Amino acid sequence: MSSAAPVSELSNEQMNQWFDQRFAEKMAEREANHIPSMTIIATKGTLDMAYPPFILASTGAALGWDVSIFFTFYGLNLLKQNLDLKVSPLGNPAMPMKLPEGPTWIKGKEIPMPNSIMTLVPGFENMATGMMKKTMDQKGIARIDQLRELCIEAEVKLIACQMTVDLFDYGKEDFIPEIEEWVGAASFLPRASKADVNLFI
Amino acid sequence: MTENIHTLDTRGLSCPLPILKTKKAISALASGEVLEIKATDPGSVKDLDSFCQQTGNQMIASESIEDGFFFRIRKA
Repeated sequence: MSSAAPVSELSNEQMNQWFDQRFAEKMAEREANHIPSMTIIATKGTLDMAYPPFILASTGAALGWDVSIFFTFYGLNLLKQNLDLKVSPLGNPAMPMKLPEGPTWIKGKEIPMPNSIMTLVPGFENMATGMMKKTMDQKGIARIDQLRELCIEAEVKLIACQMTVDLFDYGKEDFIPEIEEWVGAASFLPRASKADVNLFI
Repeated sequence: MTENIHTLDTRGLSCPLPILKTKKAISALASGEVLEIKATDPGSVKDLDSFCQQTGNQMIASESIEDGFFFRIRKA
């Protein structure tokens, strides 16, 4: 279409064509300038459930995304100065145990753990935690404190739930100083409403 | 050799460490410089591809080598 033609002389069809083209350009421009964002709600405080939020957050940040994690209930354990996370095989029936030692055929075996055994054997949780940590270390999986550090370096925003601290009578001095803010649901949700990806873990 | 080649060894590391280390190493480079990466994590083949697409850096080589995978990425 000739740009010199006055608007009044354009047919409907030409106008539509011009609009479609312009709209497509503007949308492409918008897409190109868009920085994806992700908000994660971390609610679990066991070793196995500490991985998904920190892995996804650090990776999102590495891709150039704007990432925030809201830690609430047991998820707040992931922000403690002293990370002492355990796996709980109890009530986690799909979790197979693997022996970190021995020949490959033994290490590859999945050992189901009936809840009745777990509740009876003292120190079972510590043993399961030890086995999982060892297996992870052998496979070159990062430790949680490393992943958390990488998230902080990559400027992932760590947001803590104020209500949980009051509920469990935690002291704020037990937590890492990198926590950006202590807020409630009403402060977190507006941020989540603007995010491209929202995860509840 | 005309350009400065930087190297990164992520062998033995699992997801997401190869990506995080690549991101860190790339950040330190100047535009146009090349990073060579070695990895053993089979997931890194697709993940590094996706990383390049998202960040605009250019994957100029991605191949299997004897002890894993080898990548060459040019910083945008």
